[in-house]
Amino acid sequence: MTVDVDPRLAVPADAKLRLVDCDIHPIVRSTADLRPYLDPCWHDYFDQFGNFLVSPYTEAHPYPKPTPALSRLDTWPPGGGPPGSDLDFMRAQHLDPHDIEIGVLQVLWPTAARQRNLGYAAALCSAVNDWQAAEWLAREKRLRGSIMVSQEDAGSAAAEIARCARRGGYAQVMVMPRNLEPMGRRRYWPIFQAAQEHDITLGCHVGGLNGYAVTGGAGHCSFYAEEKDSNGFAMEAMLTSMIFEGVFEAFPRLRMVAIEAGLGWVPALGWRLDDLWQRFRGELPAVRRPPSDTLRERLWYTTQPADEPEDPRHLRDLFDWIGWDRVCFASDYPHWDSDDPRHALPVQMSQAERRAIFRDNAMAVYCLG
Amino acid sequence: MARHVVLRAAELPEGESRIVTVRGREIAVFNLGGEFFALVNRCPHEGAPLGLGLRVGLSESDRPGCYSHSRPGELLRCPWHGWEFDIRTGQSWCEPSRLKARAYAATRESGAALVKGPYVAESVPVAVQEEYVVVEV
Repeated sequence: MTVDVDPRLAVPADAKLRLVDCDIHPIVRSTADLRPYLDPCWHDYFDQFGNFLVSPYTEAHPYPKPTPALSRLDTWPPGGGPPGSDLDFMRAQHLDPHDIEIGVLQVLWPTAARQRNLGYAAALCSAVNDWQAAEWLAREKRLRGSIMVSQEDAGSAAAEIARCARRGGYAQVMVMPRNLEPMGRRRYWPIFQAAQEHDITLGCHVGGLNGYAVTGGAGHCSFYAEEKDSNGFAMEAMLTSMIFEGVFEAFPRLRMVAIEAGLGWVPALGWRLDDLWQRFRGELPAVRRPPSDTLRERLWYTTQPADEPEDPRHLRDLFDWIGWDRVCFASDYPHWDSDDPRHALPVQMSQAERRAIFRDNAMAVYCLG
Repeated sequence: MARHVVLRAAELPEGESRIVTVRGREIAVFNLGGEFFALVNRCPHEGAPLGLGLRVGLSESDRPGCYSHSRPGELLRCPWHGWEFDIRTGQSWCEPSRLKARAYAATRESGAALVKGPYVAESVPVAVQEEYVVVEV
């Protein structure tokens, strides 16, 4: 395929931008790929029981997905396996042509983080993290991993964060916004403690199947389009919980990236939370700073799925409100809604602005320099 | 503009599509009930290869509980983000005035007529007794 670069986006060849892509999804060819990385204590369980999640859905999603494997139709590797399972094909289709300097892997499947059997969950998370290290990080120096943790068992999560941080190669601890309780609740604090202690960024990728309706209490919705839209407000609810529970005061060096939730809601959330904080200080004594300061100073946000206002110039307003130093490019390759860095965010930007969004902000939050 | 012979008509059965390259440009050619159509192989949204998209019909509903499905196979659904384009015109269904895939005139022509010229056959040798798909680029 040949693609002409939009002339508005063209940059001089000598100023070519190398990208950091904050959201690339690798996947196992089958869950059997993980068995060699799983603690042998759990092999019999793996063979006999396998996946059993906190939600009723184990091998399926509660909402229909628009494409097979949720992926772009052109991302199925010619050598077989699902999209995202073949490193060579990923290099040829994504890393090389888009000049990706560093890509952050986010493993979604298998959902080791949400096994109902907590012992198995911890073992399977370790297997996923070791699989990433051996099959991806050791073979491709442009890639960084994400530490998968058992979110409902924060003690084991903290131990896994320590283990992986000692090894290196991981850009972040990966969590999801939909848990059994709102993410700011104290049962989850050991995860934040470990992330801060090991100076590793907390990345919150949308999702998490907890069995509850994704609408936030309005009942189960009908369409994938509704579920997809719910990602933004699930992230809002999670951040609201973390801010009002005082997480960012308790862990003053915690850095966090909101991944794949969009951007348009961010400034409005800050305005609304500031308003509530001013009126209900008595209920929230642990919150010592305006919530918008936390959103502005402790959070980073990835671009995909890129907001597409009717007038693209409104993206500049959005970046002004959120902060040009807070927005990080992500492709979501190979998923159906992935963004092509040559075409996403079609708005006039200076070279410095483009460099910040497509590279430098992610280098900063993930300490990749 | 020149007329390019891109395929033998028999190579592209009804309902199928093929990506061809004409003057360095990738073009998706479609057989729709025996008629041929051609669109640039690049989605106007983010550049996805349109020729790999699914061909679907037009689903509509003019009141709750009442659905209709028509024009089977006449819409092309982008293989990335799912924008739908009319294979006949290249117009997107949701924003026809803003997003449009470039369409090229495509016709079925007999070898006997083609040999009178003018035409360009870069990789398809033309024989008098065959039929061909010709795209104007």
